[in-house]
Amino acid sequence: MTLSYTRADFQTDQEVRWCPGCGDYTILASVQQFLARLGRPREQFVFVSGIGCSSRFPYYMNTYGMHSIHGRAPAIATGIAVTRPDLSVWVVTGDGDALSIGGNHLIHALRRNVNIKILLFNNQIYGLTKGQYSPTSELGKTTKSSPFGTIDHPFNPVSLALGAEATFVARTLDMDREHTQMVLQKAYEHEGAAFIEIYQNCNVFNDKAFIQLTGKEERVHNRINLEHGKPIVFDEGKKAVVLRDGQAVIVDSNSVDPGAILVHDETRPDPSVAFALSRLSHGPYGPTPLGVFRNVSRPTYDAEMNRQLEEARAQRGPGDLSKLIRSLGTWTVDEGGEITEG
Amino acid sequence: MAEESATDRPQTQTQTFDRLVIRFAGDSGDGMQLAGSRFTDASALFGNDLATLPSYPAEIRAPAGTLPGVSSFQVQIADYDILTAGDEPDCLVAMNPAALKKNLKDLRDGGTLIINTDAFDERNLAKAGFESNPLEDGSLDSYRVIKVPMDELTTEAVRETGVTGRDVLRSKNFFALGLMAWLFGRPTQPTLDWIEKKFSRKPEVAAANAAAFKAGYNFGETTEATKVTFEVKPATLPAGTYTNITGNIALAWGLVAAAQKAGLPLFYGTYPITPASDILHELSRHKNFGVRTLQAEDEIAGIGTAIGAAFAGCLAVTGSSGPGIALKSEAISLAFMLELPLVVVNVQRGGPSTGLPTKPEQSDLLFSLYGRHGESPVPVLAIASPSDAFDMAIEAARIAIKYMTPVLLLSDNYIANGSEPWKLPNVDEIPPIPVKFAKHPNGPDGKFLPYMRDFDTFARPWAVPGTPGLEHRVGGLEKEAVTGNVSYDPANHQLMVDSRAWKVANIANDIPEVEVEGDQDADLLVLGWGSTYGPNRAAARRARLEGVKVATAHLRYLNPLPRNLGDVLRRFPKILIPELNTGQLLKHIRSEYLVDAVGLNKVMGEPFKVAEITDKILEMKK
Ligand SMILES: Cc1ncc(C[n+]2csc(CCOP(=O)(O)OP(=O)(O)O)c2C)c(N)n1
Ligand code: SF4
Ligand SMILES: [Mg+2]
Repeated sequence: MTLSYTRADFQTDQEVRWCPGCGDYTILASVQQFLARLGRPREQFVFVSGIGCSSRFPYYMNTYGMHSIHGRAPAIATGIAVTRPDLSVWVVTGDGDALSIGGNHLIHALRRNVNIKILLFNNQIYGLTKGQYSPTSELGKTTKSSPFGTIDHPFNPVSLALGAEATFVARTLDMDREHTQMVLQKAYEHEGAAFIEIYQNCNVFNDKAFIQLTGKEERVHNRINLEHGKPIVFDEGKKAVVLRDGQAVIVDSNSVDPGAILVHDETRPDPSVAFALSRLSHGPYGPTPLGVFRNVSRPTYDAEMNRQLEEARAQRGPGDLSKLIRSLGTWTVDEGGEITEG
Repeated sequence: MAEESATDRPQTQTQTFDRLVIRFAGDSGDGMQLAGSRFTDASALFGNDLATLPSYPAEIRAPAGTLPGVSSFQVQIADYDILTAGDEPDCLVAMNPAALKKNLKDLRDGGTLIINTDAFDERNLAKAGFESNPLEDGSLDSYRVIKVPMDELTTEAVRETGVTGRDVLRSKNFFALGLMAWLFGRPTQPTLDWIEKKFSRKPEVAAANAAAFKAGYNFGETTEATKVTFEVKPATLPAGTYTNITGNIALAWGLVAAAQKAGLPLFYGTYPITPASDILHELSRHKNFGVRTLQAEDEIAGIGTAIGAAFAGCLAVTGSSGPGIALKSEAISLAFMLELPLVVVNVQRGGPSTGLPTKPEQSDLLFSLYGRHGESPVPVLAIASPSDAFDMAIEAARIAIKYMTPVLLLSDNYIANGSEPWKLPNVDEIPPIPVKFAKHPNGPDGKFLPYMRDFDTFARPWAVPGTPGLEHRVGGLEKEAVTGNVSYDPANHQLMVDSRAWKVANIANDIPEVEVEGDQDADLLVLGWGSTYGPNRAAARRARLEGVKVATAHLRYLNPLPRNLGDVLRRFPKILIPELNTGQLLKHIRSEYLVDAVGLNKVMGEPFKVAEITDKILEMKK
């Protein structure tokens, strides 16, 4: 059933309470627009979030939703997805929520390939708690909780997801709604867990963190758009990516044979090349790949679980409670006190 | 207690008892759990009432022959309805010196000892810490000792069956079982049938076990291993079909039954932990009942997946033991705030921390009642005995669904692994658990109001994703009454905290009143909860035999407490509360009712001995 929706159909009557100018607004608009375009009945969507500015997201989506506890959204979404394969289940999480307190749940949801779509709003800061560094903050960053600069080596979320053997891994940018929706569409079509890192500007505590990718001047030089089946070139064709000893490196396009330029293949079963691409940047500080890194198919956890249930039913018939409680052997005492086995 | 009579067994005398306690003890690898449970099943078929208590080491493979490696299985058999697995064994099987060393102190004076003499070599004696051989130094003179070279006789017995090498002595436990079958006049056919069925894929093992079992029996008969054999006549159990059930299995089946009665799929999200894991093992076998089990990455994810499943419309359950329940604490408060049905099973063990992971304790009561942040008075139920787990699992699910709330269901290691005969219910007579999923908007203008409460139960509607027109958001932030929108309004928070508390308190009107058993006119009440059910009542019985009047009452509902409990407590000038903790129900009762109750407390990793409670009762009656 395809319904005709507009973005307004996915808005709630709740006042959106992010700071004016926050990147979360743009992402919200992109997601609402995307769902409206899909035309799938909105009662079939569930948005689950943890805690953080980003995690307020479900309150503003006119679908089913749960604003849960810090870091646990992937687990809760897993419970929904495995019991209700008829639903489309989405997780909205932040860099602290997903990678710090909830790191364990994130990697296990990806490893299991549960059919959930995880949107990680990475602003490289703790927004809701007012500006402490996060597991993606750049080394040496000065924040309220690191007045002398951080000494924490940051995670690269895309590398982490690939390491957890996620079957779909992508990165996009709050400002670029079109790119965001392109990635959302691919994630939606993917069967299994999809991980999308969305660079999100926190204009209050970490403004311009992504300026190298959003600034008019800068983005031309630094956005590496990954497009399936196409050679990876950027900076108006001046730069290209090649593989050397298994490592992805940026070269001047005219310094290599065009045939040597890496052609992006998101469906490669082996994640090594995708991982190599993820190592091109350690954050949005220079040339950084955006787009789908990996999109491969593997049986999904929910489908496998439900398959086992079906098979058990086919083999043993529906459960018979009366038989179950007799399954360990019984004895019967009759009115006269006579005892017989069974 | 004993009554001597001649029987058809030549040259031996049979003493008849109303009850006997038997303990099988050996090395972890000696198969004592199996021998004990086979003896139990044969006794059930013979018609005795019974109760069992296994005891295993915390280590999976403690070094052979050492004290930490000893595993034991105790069973009490009786010709009347007994309530516990017994205080002290009348008969002890010791397969090696370590088993003797560890268990001898419990054996009744004059009790019977069956010893595998082949294991009493110098090395094993040293490992067990014996300075001299107890078989020779006279230290066992006050017992009736039956010395049997079991290794040798088992090897001899299985010679023709085709088993070789280490497999030969694996049948030793069946030799011991055979001898015990003779000594206690147990029927042999059920065990032989069981062996044949169990080992049908390994015919040589089946043959060896059967041969060893028969050899043990014949050894008793032909050598007249002892001049006295024992008999416990069948009990007169009410007519019906019975099975011997442990608490963990009964609990798992109760959850399956509850899901069927509610017409909901069952979901169990959990992380392995002793002694709760068997619930996962059992549930994971029953996929044809539509049961989904999920072994999560940790306990938080276990309850997280269950909360998701509850939101999605399942009968959602999570289970663990103390350390795991601690990890779930934040999420239990979330479920309480979301007002979603959820059953949280806590199979208690000795704590704190890893504590005594294979031993029973009741030390999570106050944690269950109070151990969460914010005002979150979650309903708390406690199972009284292994078979009671079936009923209480259904009851926990009923309350969770009807009142849209998480419910804590307490068990402990004694209930979980102990067993008793269970008279099987007619499953068709178990009442259905009504589930009302919201289907239509409940607001005046066609809006859905997710926190509009039911007039009677104060529960909010359960609207599952996929239902058109009822899209709504729930969350941990305080909700506005009725609409469920986020609200920071002070008066609303007061209202919501009060509403949630009132909803749970009101459950008192929907649970049975507490019953007083025994002497209604006594001045002493023994009050219990959880697994002290059996010992408390057995102790009261014994005290009555001493001529004192005593009443008992047992709590299956700890929050809310039964509505008549205050009146009951005030009827008795003296109240005794035995608990396997340092006085947790005692504290709670004293603070709730301002009564001067007295505690009897122990935390020794074992259930109460009936005598301990009887002594306390007699002391209080002085
Ligand atoms: C158990 C727990 N610990 C700590 C917090 C406090 N807390 C709330 S949000 C947050 C960090 C949020 O950062 P992030 O996930 O990056 O989200 P953002 O606000 O940046 O979108 C913290 C530490 C909490 N709510 N719960
Ligand atoms: S603090 Fe930052 S992330 Fe949070 S709402 Fe404000 S701008 Fe957005
Ligand atoms: Mg953040």
